[in-house]
Amino acid sequence: MIPATLKHALLATLLALAPLPAFADAQVVMKNFDFSPMAVTIKHGEAVVWKNLDGEPHTVVSVDGAFRSAALDQNDTYKFTFAKPGVYKYLCSIHPKMMATITVQ
Amino acid sequence: MNDETSRRGALKCLAFGGAGTLFALSGGIVTPINLAAAATGKTTITGKPLFLQISDTHIGFNKEANPDVQGTLKQTIDFVNAMKEKPALVIHTGDITHLSKAEEFDTAAQLLSALKVSELHTTPGEHDVTDTGAAYFERFGKPSNNKGYYSFDSNGVHFISLINVLNFKPGGLGALGDDQIAWLKGDLNGRSDSQPIVVYAHMPLWTIYEPWGWGTGDADQAFAMLRRFGSVTVLNGHIHQIVRKIEGNMIFHTARSTAYPQPTAGDGPGPGPLKVDAALLPKMLGITTLGFAPHPASAALTDYTLA
Repeated sequence: MIPATLKHALLATLLALAPLPAFADAQVVMKNFDFSPMAVTIKHGEAVVWKNLDGEPHTVVSVDGAFRSAALDQNDTYKFTFAKPGVYKYLCSIHPKMMATITVQ
Repeated sequence: MNDETSRRGALKCLAFGGAGTLFALSGGIVTPINLAAAATGKTTITGKPLFLQISDTHIGFNKEANPDVQGTLKQTIDFVNAMKEKPALVIHTGDITHLSKAEEFDTAAQLLSALKVSELHTTPGEHDVTDTGAAYFERFGKPSNNKGYYSFDSNGVHFISLINVLNFKPGGLGALGDDQIAWLKGDLNGRSDSQPIVVYAHMPLWTIYEPWGWGTGDADQAFAMLRRFGSVTVLNGHIHQIVRKIEGNMIFHTARSTAYPQPTAGDGPGPGPLKVDAALLPKMLGITTLGFAPHPASAALTDYTLA
């Protein structure tokens, strides 16, 4: 039996450890040589986090040069915050068949 | 049989085992297997290898398909250093590193420096230029003045080092680009048709499998200029397995990786590392050597595996 005070302390600790962002970042994964989802819409000022789930590295490279990740190995992530509205096409520079779009409102 | 037909037939035989001898490393002993003789029943002459191709070392890769890519590269280097007739040149056809990291390039350069050959030539793979090429060119950019393409001569053979991994178009294949094609035109201008040509890049210069980007979109412009030569050998890495084609006087050959195999075209979602049984792996890793018989100027490709 855990004393009630300790329970409260544990709960407080867990809450303190949990991330509490002002808004959740949009998530895109790279899996089986595709971006998923392939189309994401966010508001300007928001961010997208990409995570590579493949055993093969991928990159996140904007076609117009707005953003470019390093090579992401399995489970590596890359985050980019979009300040300006627009339609951003991007690809994996290692596998340029992998293409997707971020629409920023 | 006319001359052209017999020449094609001969080249076909050469490409499927070499006019030289295939050496398989088995239990640490180099064992010669005369494939061409076995195939045709004729005796063959072993010439000195002109150069050796090493590819897709992927230093930095650490997944289960091969947790020790440094070890398999060292084995490859030991194998080369133990060859009785060592070629003067080694050509690395790219993906030296896995993630273009400085420490991966440093490790690779240190390992490759153990090769007992006089010249090492390189062209980058797309894994080497994910930073747009800064780390690669800092170490290997000198021969091309940081352009990525250059040519040189060795033993009467003209070598052309091309780059096709920069400036991918979305959804596209590898690309040479207009500047490089214009340079190639100048490089070949006035050159005798009888000079043997070896041309190499990382990604296949011929389209092997378009859905996986295994090809180079504008390479046909290069082939149009190369077709007049009597002996053209086109080499690449990238696909981690051997695929060959003979077209007129041109031999196309892709090399094995020293790091890990990849699936055959279209098998699975994409060209990722292929996990195979540990006992099978050394048979799927290896290098290629190329020798030239002086008369007629014909190329003989030989592939070696680590087991």
